[in-house]
Amino acid sequence: MKPRTVSFTQRGFDFETFMWFFTRVSALVMYALALTGLVGALIMGARTQMNLADLMRWVFTPNVTHVQNTNVPDLAPWTTSFWKLVASAFVFFATSHGLHGLLSVIEDYLTLPWLRRTLRILVLLLTLFMIFVGVYLIWTS
Amino acid sequence: MGLSRNVSLWQGLKYQGQGPMLTFILHRIGGLGIVVFVSVHLLASYFGGEVGIFLNSVYEHWAFQLVVFFCALFHAINGLRIVILDLWPKLIEHQREAIWIEWAVFLPLYAMCVLVILRTALSG
Repeated sequence: MKPRTVSFTQRGFDFETFMWFFTRVSALVMYALALTGLVGALIMGARTQMNLADLMRWVFTPNVTHVQNTNVPDLAPWTTSFWKLVASAFVFFATSHGLHGLLSVIEDYLTLPWLRRTLRILVLLLTLFMIFVGVYLIWTS
Repeated sequence: MGLSRNVSLWQGLKYQGQGPMLTFILHRIGGLGIVVFVSVHLLASYFGGEVGIFLNSVYEHWAFQLVVFFCALFHAINGLRIVILDLWPKLIEHQREAIWIEWAVFLPLYAMCVLVILRTALSG
């Protein structure tokens, strides 16, 4: 069966359509950020100074607290603004991707309008709060 | 009036959609697992204290790591399949094969992680 395609104008474009697209693009962005962290860690000497678990922790969010308990002798290259920016971007994309996913699951199972509206606002507030907490932790640690 | 749903949650869970349904439900469970894990991890670091230390000791337990690695790896690999099929819709004709490829990528990777986690745990 051939897939049908509907033109962009016929399809309409609203917030949820944007988030559908954003969810997919942010997944690719997170793959790119993880790859950046992986290559960067290997350049900075992870091959001999870290084990697999420590490396994966760093890859998921390149924050300096993730390498404090490893055999890395000098933390300076791991604490640059570049890595803090990469980690902040990771927090932003992961939080907005993940909490919108939570909203999708909620709205798949709950049908009461007032409950959906309340939870939608709660999830939005939670998203903003978690991004704040994550970025705060990255820039102060 | 809310949205009308003809299917209850229980009926939905009993739906036998085979391979694609299995990836769908595991993607949800994995995604929710990551949301809970990352949120609690951030809050534990933010508020710190004894609760934070206790939560960190839970994270470091091998059984917990097996679950987290399953969630994260499955969600990431299945998510990549979804992104590829959604952004290049012509590939949807090969969706069954895509799921087989996905398992072929996921199972060896996860098995390797299980091996490393258990070997580290057992050597103590």
